[in-house]
Amino acid sequence: MNKQISGIYILWKREVIRFFRAKSRVIGTLGMPFFFLLILGSGFGPAYQAQSGGGNYMDLLTPGIIGMVLLFSSIFSGIRVLMDREFGFLKEIMVAPISRTSIMLGITLGGMTTSTIQAILFLGVSLLVGVHLNLYGLPAALLFMFLISASFVALGIAIASKMEDMHGFQLITNFLIMPLFLLSGALFPLENLGAWQFITFLDPLTYGVDGLRVTLTNAPGMPLWLDFTVLAGFCVVCILTGAFLFSQRE
Amino acid sequence: MTNVIETNKLTRKFNGFTAVDSVNLQIKEGELFGLLGPNGAGKTTTLSMLSTILKPTSGTAEVNGFDVDTQQDEVRNSIGIVFQDPSLDDELTAYENLDFHGMIYGMPADERKQRIKEVIELVDLSEKINMQVKKFSGGMKRRLEIARGLIHHPKVLFLDEPTLGLDPQTRRNIWDHIIEMNKSEKVTVVLTTHYMEEADSLCERVAVIDHGKIIALDTPEKLKHSIGGDIISLEADPGLLPHLKKIKNIKKIKNMNGEMNISAEDAEHVIPIIFDIAQKNKLEIHSISLRHPTLEDVFLQLTGKSIREEKAGVLDRFRTRIRSRNR
Ligand SMILES: Nc1ncnc2c1ncn2[C@@H]1O[C@H](COP(=O)(O)OP(=O)(O)OP(=O)(O)O)[C@@H](O)[C@H]1O
Ligand SMILES: [Mg+2]
Repeated sequence: MNKQISGIYILWKREVIRFFRAKSRVIGTLGMPFFFLLILGSGFGPAYQAQSGGGNYMDLLTPGIIGMVLLFSSIFSGIRVLMDREFGFLKEIMVAPISRTSIMLGITLGGMTTSTIQAILFLGVSLLVGVHLNLYGLPAALLFMFLISASFVALGIAIASKMEDMHGFQLITNFLIMPLFLLSGALFPLENLGAWQFITFLDPLTYGVDGLRVTLTNAPGMPLWLDFTVLAGFCVVCILTGAFLFSQRE
Repeated sequence: MTNVIETNKLTRKFNGFTAVDSVNLQIKEGELFGLLGPNGAGKTTTLSMLSTILKPTSGTAEVNGFDVDTQQDEVRNSIGIVFQDPSLDDELTAYENLDFHGMIYGMPADERKQRIKEVIELVDLSEKINMQVKKFSGGMKRRLEIARGLIHHPKVLFLDEPTLGLDPQTRRNIWDHIIEMNKSEKVTVVLTTHYMEEADSLCERVAVIDHGKIIALDTPEKLKHSIGGDIISLEADPGLLPHLKKIKNIKKIKNMNGEMNISAEDAEHVIPIIFDIAQKNKLEIHSISLRHPTLEDVFLQLTGKSIREEKAGVLDRFRTRIRSRNR
C-alpha cells in the first residue's frame, strides 16, 4: 500500500515539476484566456449590458473562462500520456511494481493540480483588470475546479489509452473540446439559446461553469447541490473509465 | 550455481506471426549473458516477456523464482531494465529521474539518497547530476539509464541493445561500466545485441537467436571453436581445391568463385603446406590470409547469412536519428 502511495506521489510531483519548469507554458496558458477576456469582454460587453439591464459582461465571462482554462489544460494533461509513450518514459512507469490504477491516479492528481493552479492564476489576473468576484465563494469554487479538472484529466487519459499516436488529436479538439466549451454557457447566458437550451444540459461542463459562476459572482443559476451532484457523478464515471481503459493496454 | 532465469518453451505470437519460438534458457546468478541476433530476431520480445511487459502466448518463464505471468509485481521488484529506445524524462534532471525511479519502487528517502549517490558514481555522472537530461549526450543518457536500472537493487538487469547507435569510443566506455557493475553489484546482466564484438568481448555466455529460435548457446570461445579452428582466406587457382581436401587439419572449405574460406585447426602450420602443394603442382596463389574466427563466422555458418544485412544498417541509422531527435 505504501508503495502505491509513494508511486502516486512521485507521479504527481513529476507533473508539478514539469509544469513549473516550462515557464513559457505558464505564460502561454494564461495568454489566451486573458486575450479572450479582454476581447470578448469589451466586444460584447455593451450589448450584454443593454440586454440584461446593466449587467457586467466581464463578471459573467470570467467564471466561464476559468472553466475553459480547466477544460483545456486538463484534457491536454491527460492526453500527454501519449507524449510519454512516444518519448519512451511511459515504459519506465509501466514496468514499475505499482498498479495501473495508481499510475492513472497519480497522473490525474498531477493534472488536477497544474490545471487548478492555472485557473487560480487566471482568477488573480482577472481581479487585477477589475473583474468583480466574490472571494468568499472561493473555497466552494475550488471544489468545483477540482471536480472539473479531475474529470477531464481522466477523460484525457481514457482517450489517450484508445489512441495509437497524436494523429487523432485535431479531431478531439474539434469534436470534443470545442463543443464542450461552447455549449457550457462559458461565453453567454444559456437562456439566450431558447429552444436549444436543452442540449447544454447534456454538457457536464455546464454544471461546472454554473457552479463557478454562482459561487464566484453570486449570479442566479442552478442550485449548487445539482451542479455538484452531476459533476461529481461525471467525475466518478470518467475516473473509472480512465482507469479501466488505461489498465487495458498491454 | 542457481539459475536466476529459467524459461520453458517461451513463445510469443503477434497475429499468427511467431516472434519468439519455444525458447528455453537457463541463466545463472551473477552471469553476464548475451542474446545475439539480427534485427527482428525476437530479442526485444523475449526481454519484454521476461520483464512482464508482454504476456507469453505459451510457455513459462521464471525470474528470480517468480512466474512472469502470475507474479508480475514480484518479478518487477526483482529486475531493472534499460529499454532499446530512450526512456528518460528529458525535462527532469538526472537526479530527478533517479529519484522518480527510487520512489516509484517504494524506497524510503534516506536509502534512496544514498543509493542515487552510489549508482551515479558507478557511471561517472556525479558532476552532471543536477543537469537536465535534455542537455546530455547519447552516451551519457545511456549511462544514466543503466544507473537508474540499478537503483532498487535488482537481481537481474536487462539491457536491450545498450550501445545501439553510439560511436565506438562511447561503446567501449559503456562496456567497461557494464562489466564493472556486473562485478561490484553482483547483479546478473542479460543484454541483447546485434554487435558481434559486443557479445564476444562482454558476455560470459551467448545465445544466438534467429527467427525467434535459439540456434546456439555457449561461451564465445566455444562457439568460435565450434567452427573448427581458424579461417584461412585464399585466392588461388581453383585447381588447388582437390588437393586441399586431402590435408588432414582442414575441416571445411567454402568456395565462393575463386575465393576459398578454409576452416583449419592449427592453421599457422597449414599455410606452409598449402604453399608446398601449390608449388609442386605449379598452381598460382594470389593472396592468402589467416584470421581467428569471430561470432560473425559462427552466425554465418549456422544460418548461411550475415548478421548485418543491409536492412539492419538502414534501421540502425533510423534509430540513431530518432535517438538524436529525442536528445
Ligand atoms: N507489437 C508487435 N506487433 C506485431 N509484430 C511485432 C510486435 N513487436 C515485434 N513484432 C515482430 O516480432 C519480430 C521480433 O521483434 P523484436 O522487436 O523482438 O526483434 P529484435 O530482435 O529486438 O530486433 P531489433 O534488433 O530490430 O530490435 C519482428 O519481426 C517484429 O516485426
Ligand atoms: Mg529489439
